[in-house]
Amino acid sequence: MLAEEGEGYTPPGSGDFKLPPLVDNLEWFTKPYLMALVSVGILVALFYFAARRPQLVPSRLQFAGEGIYGFVRRDLARDIIGSNDFLKFLPLIFSLFIFIALNNVFGIIPFIQFPTMSLIGFPIALTLIVWITYNWVGMRRQGVVGYFKNMMFPPGVPSWVYILLAPLELVSTVFVRPLTLSLRLFANMFAGHLLLIVFILGGEYMLVEGEGVVKVLSIGAFAMGIVMTFFELLVQLLQAYIFALLTALYIAGAMSEEH
Amino acid sequence: MEGTLNAVGYGLAAIGPGIGVGLIFAAYIQGVARQPEARSVLQPIAFLGFALAEALALFGLVLAFVL
Repeated sequence: MLAEEGEGYTPPGSGDFKLPPLVDNLEWFTKPYLMALVSVGILVALFYFAARRPQLVPSRLQFAGEGIYGFVRRDLARDIIGSNDFLKFLPLIFSLFIFIALNNVFGIIPFIQFPTMSLIGFPIALTLIVWITYNWVGMRRQGVVGYFKNMMFPPGVPSWVYILLAPLELVSTVFVRPLTLSLRLFANMFAGHLLLIVFILGGEYMLVEGEGVVKVLSIGAFAMGIVMTFFELLVQLLQAYIFALLTALYIAGAMSEEH
Repeated sequence: MEGTLNAVGYGLAAIGPGIGVGLIFAAYIQGVARQPEARSVLQPIAFLGFALAEALALFGLVLAFVL
């Protein structure tokens, strides 16, 4: 919570996302950077211990790990990419899902309370990986010419429509897809965090600076903050799911010959 | 009152995608309700359409901050 106290109410804005560096001489080493590193450690440890000694009657940790893995494997990878090829891409999709999910949920865990993905650099990096993967897969599978031909000139369309369709398909697949993939994640986390700050800081200001009825009304703001926190949990997990789902969809689209 | 008109503009720009996303999921829910087995076929299509419609709203959000 970075707002200045005292001199009137400063509404929260995009400035609240510029965090100071943790160590003096390292400009880039901020809290979200540390969180991303820690999240990788947590996930590696969690799934290492979940899969270390698999038993017929699973322990609680093994059950949880297998539940998450099974969900991604069944509902995301196999159903969309198809049972022939999905195993190659399962590590990528699974890693993306758990990494984004944990980093998003950091946004509502007490004392951490900052979603890593609300800084645009993190979604862009993840999207670059996805973008390179599906284009690479498409070119490997169909050849460079075949990939762009299948993308821009899908069969079964009257020929004059291609004047409009070909550039649209090219722009949509090569440029708009990565743009929206990263922006969707970023914008959802950014807006969600901003929403929580608005309610909590607004409630705090009403409680501290307000008089009489306004003090009492701050209960409403805090209650709304709590409700929104649970709503955020839903949005955060949903965004991780959508990111992994779209990754699978784009890979599946690049692999299939027909559109 | 302070602030920019960008927020109002984004509010207006979000109406279209909002209706679009609503229509997509309405059709998806109706399809699954009529034919529950079609769920796994419809789901990717619904989310692809949702992603395309939401892209418009995201462009609006970016422009609201950039302009």
